[in-house]
Amino acid sequence: MAAHWLSPSLNRLLFGLKNASFQYRCCAVHSKAQYSTVYNSSEKTFDKILIANRGEIACRVIKTCKKMGIQTVAVHSDVDSSAVHVKMADEALCVGPAPTSKSYLNMDAIMEAVRVTGAQAVHPGYGFLSENKEFAKRLAADGVAFIGPDTHAIQAMGDKIESKLIAKAAKVNTIPGYDGVVKTAEEAVKIAQEIGYPVMIKASAGGGGKGMRIAWNDEETREGFRFSSQEAASSFGDDRLLIEKYIDNPRHIEIQVLADKHGNALWLNERECSIQRRNQKVVEEAPSTFLDSVTRQAMGEQAVQLAKAVQYSSAGTVEFLVDSTKNFYFLEMNTRLQVEHPITECITGLDLVEQMIRVAKGYRLQHKQEDIPINGWAIESRVYAEDPYKSFGLPSIGRLSQYQEPVNLSNVRVDSGIQEGSDISIYYDPMISKLVTYGATRLEALSRMEEALDNYVIRGVTHNIPLLREIITHPRFISGDISTNFLPEVYPDGFKGHQLGKENCRELLASAAAIHITAQLRSQKVLGNLRVSSTPMECSNWEMCVELGDGCYSMEVTKSGNVYTVEVDGGVVEVKGEWNLASPLLPLTINGTQRMLQCLSRDSSGNIVLQYLGTSFKVRVLTKLAAALNSFMPEKIPEDTSSILRSPMPGTVVAVSVKPGDTVAEGQEICVIEAMKMQNSLTAVKQAKVKSVHCRQGETVGEGDLLVELE
Amino acid sequence: MMAAFSVARSSSGLINGLRTSLKCFVPVKHGAVAAAAAAPQKKLLRDCRWYSAGHPSVKERIDKKRRAALVGGGQHRIDAQHKRGKLTARERVELLLDPDSFVETDMFVEHRCSDFGMEQDRNKFPGDSVVTGSGRINGRLVYVFSQDFTVFGGSLSGAHAQKICKIMDQAMTVGAPVIGLNDSGGARIQEGVESLAGYADIFLRNVMASGVVPQISMIMGPCAGGAVYSPALTDFTFMVKDTSYLFITGPDVVKSVTNEDVTQEQLGGAKTHTTVSGVAHHAFENDVDALLNLREFFNFLPLSNRDPAPIRECHDPSDRAVLSLDTIVPDESTKAYDMLDIIQSIVDERDFFEIMPNYAKNIVVGFARMNGRTIGIVGNQPKVASGCLDINSSVKGARFVRFCDAFNIPIITFVDVPGFLPGTAQEYGGIIRHGAKLLYAFAEATVPKITIITRKAYGGAYDVMSSKHLRGDVNYAWPTAEVAVMGAKGAVQIIFRGKENQAEAEAEYVEKFANPFPAAVRGFVDDIIEPSSTRKRICRDLEVLASKQQVNPWKKHANIPL
Repeated sequence: MAAHWLSPSLNRLLFGLKNASFQYRCCAVHSKAQYSTVYNSSEKTFDKILIANRGEIACRVIKTCKKMGIQTVAVHSDVDSSAVHVKMADEALCVGPAPTSKSYLNMDAIMEAVRVTGAQAVHPGYGFLSENKEFAKRLAADGVAFIGPDTHAIQAMGDKIESKLIAKAAKVNTIPGYDGVVKTAEEAVKIAQEIGYPVMIKASAGGGGKGMRIAWNDEETREGFRFSSQEAASSFGDDRLLIEKYIDNPRHIEIQVLADKHGNALWLNERECSIQRRNQKVVEEAPSTFLDSVTRQAMGEQAVQLAKAVQYSSAGTVEFLVDSTKNFYFLEMNTRLQVEHPITECITGLDLVEQMIRVAKGYRLQHKQEDIPINGWAIESRVYAEDPYKSFGLPSIGRLSQYQEPVNLSNVRVDSGIQEGSDISIYYDPMISKLVTYGATRLEALSRMEEALDNYVIRGVTHNIPLLREIITHPRFISGDISTNFLPEVYPDGFKGHQLGKENCRELLASAAAIHITAQLRSQKVLGNLRVSSTPMECSNWEMCVELGDGCYSMEVTKSGNVYTVEVDGGVVEVKGEWNLASPLLPLTINGTQRMLQCLSRDSSGNIVLQYLGTSFKVRVLTKLAAALNSFMPEKIPEDTSSILRSPMPGTVVAVSVKPGDTVAEGQEICVIEAMKMQNSLTAVKQAKVKSVHCRQGETVGEGDLLVELE
Repeated sequence: MMAAFSVARSSSGLINGLRTSLKCFVPVKHGAVAAAAAAPQKKLLRDCRWYSAGHPSVKERIDKKRRAALVGGGQHRIDAQHKRGKLTARERVELLLDPDSFVETDMFVEHRCSDFGMEQDRNKFPGDSVVTGSGRINGRLVYVFSQDFTVFGGSLSGAHAQKICKIMDQAMTVGAPVIGLNDSGGARIQEGVESLAGYADIFLRNVMASGVVPQISMIMGPCAGGAVYSPALTDFTFMVKDTSYLFITGPDVVKSVTNEDVTQEQLGGAKTHTTVSGVAHHAFENDVDALLNLREFFNFLPLSNRDPAPIRECHDPSDRAVLSLDTIVPDESTKAYDMLDIIQSIVDERDFFEIMPNYAKNIVVGFARMNGRTIGIVGNQPKVASGCLDINSSVKGARFVRFCDAFNIPIITFVDVPGFLPGTAQEYGGIIRHGAKLLYAFAEATVPKITIITRKAYGGAYDVMSSKHLRGDVNYAWPTAEVAVMGAKGAVQIIFRGKENQAEAEAEYVEKFANPFPAAVRGFVDDIIEPSSTRKRICRDLEVLASKQQVNPWKKHANIPL
């Protein structure tokens, strides 16, 4: 399987320089990450490390390896052959085809890659084989260091049932629940009734929200049992489930621990990860607004107790649920580097990957508990290729036709493993990047985040920046009043994008009109000697109409130099800018306030899509005449969608529950689509007879593909 | 021509309707044009039907006629036009041209028919059934005619044709494009052969103007029978969805002749002509959308064959590196990618006006700008039928290339072509002579020609696609280029027939030929370039090639294999 990276591709052959310049760019991505600890180059660790992962985390690890002078080996699937992590690494090997089970989870191929390249250690990143004790065992047998904890710690903490028992024994607070494996749905119902609703059903081997369901009654327990076991089987190859008391309105706060092989362990403060959707984290921060130093210390000490109890080494995370009265319960321990580790790095100044590598080599921890500071505040937003308007985020795929990270801003760190031109495919996690901002205070970090999100250029895939920006500017979030139910509570009817106030609406309309007029004026600027002279319109004020949603606003626009003055909807807006029509970013000064807008598209019939305050708004700018004439244009009747079920996302059809001729009730499951390892049940919106079925089990479908037609 | 009559028959019915409509003639505001003739004239208009009554002065008569011309067939007809989701002839002209730039000609022309009661005053409309004149689009000169469906269903009388011919003649002498906004029921049956002569007069001018000034037809209503040949002779035919039709004979005649049941929309609607027949080059949502887009389209064109391709002010840096291109061509040569991604990322501001986007999608053609200068783009589309050349794509490409060549627009060609499409359907359909059209068009073109081979350039199709051998000025290969007679598999089966280890032979072939070197060492490509630098290179080359001079041997005209 592990064909060695065949002859440097022609690409490389022809452009030796290209890679050099490319690597420079990659480094630039991280150049803002400041670590206060200085790397000690006399401390010898490994000569060569293989990174058994992809995407941003592979790039993140390679970055530190480069700093430490360690050679790096990337592994990749065939579709990832030109991925960023492959280009960054000194060597790269293909370990199989696109599906993760055949490549990044393919232990044989990865072991072979280790052997072929002579790597002395393997960093597993997160996900994939990072918490796979079998993998760690096989590496140990070959005398290769696993950059992570020992096998028995992985095993003990990887199993949720066992980890709970160990935690109890180590005097760590735990949640009431059933300490055993649940085998059938009926047994699940019985146990759930004993514990008392609500309960949580989760995969014994799981993590990251996969294979996890909450049930409020017997019916939901049965359904949850079915879904969770299926998801657990497909994600972890282990369908064992367990059930525990579900704590309502909790906060998710976790403690980063770092331990060496000599019995020393530290807690590196907490991260608050309460903003979640479907049990997956979206926005994280360190420290938490909720913890006082007493609670923090108590949690930290319990986390260290647990780490010591399993002779933990390397970096790990102890997750707690914290209720409104600051009672905290042990949730699970992640025996790996977490996705959200950068925020801990920001406030402590430690390079966690560097520490993991040191510890794996057998060095003692450099720091004492009292050396661990909380410097300032860090926030992380997970930028995903997903549509936030569909259940807070359903995966989207596509090619990043334009991509620009806001790394020119200070105090911004972007961890990503993609670049302009990269494909976001259905095979892997749809994360685009982790956008981290930090500042002396939380407010500073938050305002920088706002700016960074506005300056982030992503084209070609749907992304969740609208949602991220709404979260970090929401009064409840700003005041720190959050829980894991934040999203469903704040957006009970689903996320609908930024709701424009009157003032903001005027700003948007004025900006759109100004862009349109700029483009129109530019069309008159024909250069060169003209045989037939041109007679451009000498005009500096216009009567325009702008359509936004169902509204149509008439306005008067006056231009003077770079400034447009727009009278609209009973107010006057002054918009000033450079008006570069080629740039994706549109820095404007609107009524004296600096705003970063983005022009997502603009066409000749006046349609303009602007990203404003994070959300994209579709407007149509017409001259007064065109608007008047447009009123004669007939409405085109859109397709009736209630009888048609289309795939809301690209994915694989796992099950089709109906056949033509069946009668379905409203809400009845029609089929199940799996995308990015999440199973989504699609239901009927009305009672009807099934007219035709257009999909088959196992088939791959694209977003918007017709699945089932009802009568 | 038979059909013209059958379609136009309906327009004779309009005459009855007009009697009443003219009586209750009250100007109603419908945009600024009507506003000019607003309320104060109400009294005068009331008796406008009887021109001779009360011996008005010449000046009064002039005013009266002008006002009458402005409302065409009358408010009833205007309302009916609006109800159909269509704008009137004048509203269209007003929206198409810069404000106040329209200079109308022949407002006083009336039809000369004296049969069937047509000579009566109430059947005379100043200007008849077409509005003609000149104006400006973004300051640039253009001649326009706009057929008025409210007057006799826009039917073509001798006078109507004469008006169109007049502006076409002037457009030719001045050197400015002609835009026709078609909305006509067909021939003016009452005029008989006079009307047919009128069509022919227009056809002749369409042909004479071809290659001299750009001619654009926007079909905004019916256009049937002989009338369709005027749009067909122009450079571009655009249509409005749901409200425009183009056919030789309508559904009724089709039914009686071939017994086929077909609707107007199926027979000659915008969808049919932009996806199946290839008659129309683009379809737009409605009149407003169409006219605004037409303005945008016009910006790309030079005024005549005497003018260079226009250069517009450009905000997009000409040396912008396009990093995404370095990874766009997949490693597997069988895997598709979207040529539009390449085009959009290379041209100014991702602004690409695609011509025939839904027809013969295995080739992409359209206009864009590089550093402000208009260019024509031709590209194989690997996403559709592997980007092969077949009958339809060859014809589509050839016509576009010839337009660019005629009007001094440089041609950029992106090549990823596995060859011509094999099969009986293609051979019986005449792929040989149709494919020859594209070859011919590229070969005869003397405008700057820049070619980029992104991946496959196999067989005869390599030669066709603006190769060095057809006087390509600058020919580039990307590192992923493979210039060869055919793909590895086919070649190996011929070269190493009977050899045991086909896989090994294939690998040898790939090593030898599936790369840009064989072409580069022979000078058939000028350079192998990094994809991300493509934009920069093209912009620089266009600058140099702006002064290119090349003349084909004298001939009466060439003989392209039609």
